[in-house]
Amino acid sequence: MTMKSILAGATLAASLSTTAFADDPTKVGFIYVGPVGDGGWTYEHNEGRLAVEEHFGDAVETVYVENVPEGADAERVMQQMALGGADLIFTTSFGYMDPTINVAEKFPDVMFEHATGYKQADNVSVYSARFYEGRAVQGHIAGQMTESNVIGYIGSFPIPEVIRGINAAYIHAKEVNPDVEFKIVWAYTWFDPAKEAEAANVLIEQGADVILQHTDSTAPQAAAQAAGNVVTFGQASDMAEFGPFPRVSSIIDNWAPYYIARTQAVIDGTWESTNTWDGIGAGMVGIGEITEAVPADVKASAEALRDSLASGEYHAFSGPLNKQDGSAWLADGETADDGTLAGMSFYVEGLTGDIPQ
Amino acid sequence: MMDLSAINPILLLASLMVAATPIILAAVGELVVERAGVLNLGVEGMMITGAVCGFIMAVNSGSPLLGFIGAAIGGAVLSLLFGFLTQFLLANQVATGLALTLFGLGLSALMGQNYIGIKAPEFPDWHIPLLGDIPVIGPIVFQHDPMVYVGLAIVVAVWAFLKFSRAGLILRAVGENHEAAHALGYHVVRVRMLAIMFGGACAGLGGAYLSLVRVPQWTEGMTAGAGWIALAIVVFASWKPMRLLLGAYLFGGVTVLQLNLQAAGMAIPVEYLSMSPYLATIAVLVIMRSGRAPGSLGQSFHASR
Repeated sequence: MTMKSILAGATLAASLSTTAFADDPTKVGFIYVGPVGDGGWTYEHNEGRLAVEEHFGDAVETVYVENVPEGADAERVMQQMALGGADLIFTTSFGYMDPTINVAEKFPDVMFEHATGYKQADNVSVYSARFYEGRAVQGHIAGQMTESNVIGYIGSFPIPEVIRGINAAYIHAKEVNPDVEFKIVWAYTWFDPAKEAEAANVLIEQGADVILQHTDSTAPQAAAQAAGNVVTFGQASDMAEFGPFPRVSSIIDNWAPYYIARTQAVIDGTWESTNTWDGIGAGMVGIGEITEAVPADVKASAEALRDSLASGEYHAFSGPLNKQDGSAWLADGETADDGTLAGMSFYVEGLTGDIPQ
Repeated sequence: MMDLSAINPILLLASLMVAATPIILAAVGELVVERAGVLNLGVEGMMITGAVCGFIMAVNSGSPLLGFIGAAIGGAVLSLLFGFLTQFLLANQVATGLALTLFGLGLSALMGQNYIGIKAPEFPDWHIPLLGDIPVIGPIVFQHDPMVYVGLAIVVAVWAFLKFSRAGLILRAVGENHEAAHALGYHVVRVRMLAIMFGGACAGLGGAYLSLVRVPQWTEGMTAGAGWIALAIVVFASWKPMRLLLGAYLFGGVTVLQLNLQAAGMAIPVEYLSMSPYLATIAVLVIMRSGRAPGSLGQSFHASR
């Protein structure tokens, strides 16, 4: 008997038992890339999970596994969760994309939701937030807060999600401060406090007085605090414990409404494979409180930018914009389409350095 | 666009000293253990246990100093487990050491569950009067936190102990030929147990340096392989304390330099930069095979044989 037929048999048994006990609670699983206590990305996904538990009470049971490495281990964990009777599984990191597709193939009766990816299947939805809208607001504030005109950016992996964020932040920093320069360091990790701290220190040593991070821990905030005169922004979570300075604002991921809606869809039997990409307007991306360390006029214009992004009257990637090599990308009045944004693999004009391949 | 002038060599060298400190601490402990003829591959496990013990102690007492003491005790207690298994039950040292690493990673994750996301108490840098004011040298060498100097002091003390003291001579004799040392009337097992505990305490200090100074917060698995680098550096140093400093600074230097080059916009692939410290370690291990390992390294000893 092959592995596949054993698994198929197990799935069959699982689905039979679900039918037999119709009032069994719906089981929702979550796979996390870091620890729940990272204070950032994974923390917010777990807040979403807790919101699901609170909303549905006894009708829903949730399970989660934290610190799951992206790769073969992830597949094993998802498999175990599906065999354990999960009806809906949220896989909450970009690197879980192929494992999710592989496992979903083996468990056609289990619904999967993959965060920040782009591969869909009949039982795999993808969802993400338009974090780049939040990055635009950060860039707007950062460009005016910097005195050295050097902004440090800690990237995780050179994937479209992160590149989009760098571009959005740069465009809006440049808009308010033509002399601004970005220094970008790739940490090649989502979560490694020692490395994130080291990267932040290096950027500070090289003159950056604003640090933007696309990694998940609060280590860069601690490094900025130790340096004394460096501005930071909370990433994924509010990180308010580092406010009012160095943390002057933040991007907050708010997954709870989405997780509740999708769980409801599974309960109702109306779940369909979808592609969701919501921003500030839908409430999936929140802008954390802009503290008093930011001058009042900067704060007001940042909030106006936030509101125009939310209402849709302004798009964070509005022409005229050129690519890094000087070739035209968006004409005056044109805005970027979602397809280009989803696969973004180029810097906009003005950014220096190459994107590692 | 490359702008190497953005790299400040003084700050680079200063952060090199900090980056090397956890490895120096862990490696000097392991060096003593190996000079006594014991191979303890559990450095990573003792480091991470020290990191969590030190963090818990420092947060609850509010004193980083007590934290470091707690870390040393935590590492030493864990190493006692290794000592008991290998010295009294004569378990295989390689297998026991590997098991100790896995055990330490799990144990620390368990102990640290309630300490995730908490800030460690401040551990300010020392600005050493007079010496710290010397141009160039001052900021590089004399403006660090006290543990940087503790690490260096331990290395010098170990060097002097092994080279000049009678106890150091006995320890080396036990490591070179435990049968002969036993025949001369020395307590092989007692000497080795003391060495193992010293190694555990030093590894614990190295781990706590990460959780209390470098990062500073507690995270599962935060040592991220530093213990294995420490083991490699002991071999690289051919079991000599002063060469160990060289190895640790080389490693710390490459780590810091690769981030600096990235920030300066150096157009070489980041993957190669990130792996360069490990490549350098391997290259050095292959090229510099000048040192000879202690004669009884890794062998079990029992007086009846």
